[in-house]
Amino acid sequence: MGHDEFQKHEARIFTPSFLVLLVLTLIGFGLVALRFVKGIGAVSNMSDGYPWGIWITYDVATGTAIACGGYAMAILVYIRNRMHYHPMIRSAILTSMFGYGLAGFSVMVDVGRPWNAYNFFLPSKWQANSAMFEVALCVMAYTTVLALEFLPAILTTLEKTEWRTLQMLLDKLHARTGITRPERLDERLESVKELAAWLKPRLDKVLIFIIVLGITLPTMHQSSLGSLLLIASTKLHPLWHTGFLPLLFLINCMFIGYSIAILESVISCYAFKRPFETRELAGMARIIPWLTVIWLLVVIGDLAWRGQLAAALSLDFYSRFFLLEFCLVAGGSLLMFSGKKRESIRWLFVSAALIVLGGALYRFNVYLIGFNPGKGWHYFPALAELMITVGIVAFEILGYQVLVKILPVLPKLHTRQQHDQAHGVAEKA
Amino acid sequence: MTKPSRRDFLKIMGASGAALLAGRPAAASQGHQVSNETLGMLYDATKCVGCKACMSACKRVNGDYGSLAYEKAKFDSDGLWDAPQDLSGSTRTLIKLFKESDRSWSYFKYSCMHCQKPSCVSVCPVSAMTRDEVTGIVDYNKNACIGCRYCQVACAFNIPKFQWDKAIPQIVKCDLCKSTNLRQKGVTACAEVCPTGAIMFGRRKDLLAEANQRLQQNPGNYLNHIYGEKEVGGTNHLYLSAMQFNKLGLPLLKNEAPAEFSEKIQHTIYKGFIAPVALYSTLCYVAVKNKKKGEEAPGHGADDGKAGEGDHGA
Repeated sequence: MGHDEFQKHEARIFTPSFLVLLVLTLIGFGLVALRFVKGIGAVSNMSDGYPWGIWITYDVATGTAIACGGYAMAILVYIRNRMHYHPMIRSAILTSMFGYGLAGFSVMVDVGRPWNAYNFFLPSKWQANSAMFEVALCVMAYTTVLALEFLPAILTTLEKTEWRTLQMLLDKLHARTGITRPERLDERLESVKELAAWLKPRLDKVLIFIIVLGITLPTMHQSSLGSLLLIASTKLHPLWHTGFLPLLFLINCMFIGYSIAILESVISCYAFKRPFETRELAGMARIIPWLTVIWLLVVIGDLAWRGQLAAALSLDFYSRFFLLEFCLVAGGSLLMFSGKKRESIRWLFVSAALIVLGGALYRFNVYLIGFNPGKGWHYFPALAELMITVGIVAFEILGYQVLVKILPVLPKLHTRQQHDQAHGVAEKA
Repeated sequence: MTKPSRRDFLKIMGASGAALLAGRPAAASQGHQVSNETLGMLYDATKCVGCKACMSACKRVNGDYGSLAYEKAKFDSDGLWDAPQDLSGSTRTLIKLFKESDRSWSYFKYSCMHCQKPSCVSVCPVSAMTRDEVTGIVDYNKNACIGCRYCQVACAFNIPKFQWDKAIPQIVKCDLCKSTNLRQKGVTACAEVCPTGAIMFGRRKDLLAEANQRLQQNPGNYLNHIYGEKEVGGTNHLYLSAMQFNKLGLPLLKNEAPAEFSEKIQHTIYKGFIAPVALYSTLCYVAVKNKKKGEEAPGHGADDGKAGEGDHGA
């Protein structure tokens, strides 16, 4: 599997959507600054009853599941040995990297005393009983692994670059301000290129072990994200509080991972005016319903075993959210069972979106909606709190948009015809 | 006499298998040991007159050390009274009045229960919450705390409080005056100043004996229940009352500590770190084998038929 399966997306970076996303990002980061000056209470509606709000529920618990595209694709390609999906893996890993990196960033915004985070690395402070300890270490490790997995894309670019943008900027700078180019600049740039060329084959050799680590770590921390709520036996509604939380979270992140890989491919092909990868997506869509069926069976079996089926169907507040989550996942899976619907981009998109929504709602149910600390406590996110999350998501999309245009990330278009077609569409737009 | 059924046989095999795997007698891993030598308090709601001397003593003694502050009421712009509405980032202990009718009412005191098997200690990722084995005091160390608030999620009594309005916040909860009054005078500040003896400080066994004695001497005066004796595996802070405890804001809880349940599952998955290592090695084996296969026959993985007619050469 060479690196020539991937290509840069040739297009302008500064588009209108770039501007919109940039503004949202700046608003979000401004509010983050406010939070660090005036305290968490100044921007959020969290309280001592609801100590975890939208930041943990969406950015961390749900965001990392949505960032499981890289994990799901890695299982498919390297473990189930479907090498023809390999061209799709780099963009999946890029989105995973953003998802996890920003989840980590959100945690740093959310925790009250982030300067003490070094305690995670002091063995005297380790606390193996805590699911949070496991999640924190695993997520930090996985973010590093994702960066390493993505490194080949950067190295390939460095190796071949002629530093045109840099040269142009320097020339401009010189013309405007009269600052001369640093001496021996070309020499230094050359040595960076050489280093990249030296590193790449060596990284390639050990990459498979890093990739497998990138499969093991999410298996661990995605299940632990479920374990986090095991302790809240008196607060989490019995519809969701079960010893199977770790298993349910693990399967949940897998089917979300495959579904989000489909959505990402459809959306980026649509946005970047590239031909759809229908055949690959249809193949991937065959796996999803099996995962969701296992998940749904565990959910039902567990409810029956704990005698909660009646509560699930009682149509009260909790039951409605449970049924909604259940029907979204089940509905999406039913659509995907049909071979014909899998061949249609529209239906693929709809069914994958239903499953992602249902799977994400499950995580919201566990972390927020089904969580009741007792009488008198209420939570709905504040506007500023929401805008921080929006800013982080905007930054995620922004980064993806920019990086696919400067690094070889998207699958290479294969035939001349495909290429011309894409070009034609792009020019028309 | 009935023959053992197949199911019984499987049960026995399963249980002994599990015991073998655990590598030690099954009894050892069952439940934690309740220690009655630990320090605690007994609050008798029937003796409390609601003077709040305990609240004011707590803030006087622990104010600086525990980052406590006075809380103004809305009507009180001059800040003459300390008027917390609930436990908070400024208040470790609080007296409330619960009034059902003119004849049926009760004062009630809130503070950390100092559980025998505390959830907050079990979940804290950086050991900022600790339980002293000898004294049983559940203490908080702000120099380790990262402020993740998992302790708040975990605590069934909603005791740990966070300072939401501070740029440098911390968790606030009772530590039995460990570094202040207890060290200097050998008693908690609230118990020291209580004028009616509603708060009694001592060892858990003495407190339990006292509580049982009060229940026996005055059965009509009390609900026949010592709250905290059994709840969530036992707490060092015990309660007597004439009114139902759930009406007074203490939740109805099982005798099993929630931390027992979550730790059992977490330990099953991560015992000796065997499962993750096994998973990693198995996956490595598969992935390396796949890679070799791929190199031998470039462009052809083990394709799944229809979707697999890949034209993506290596």
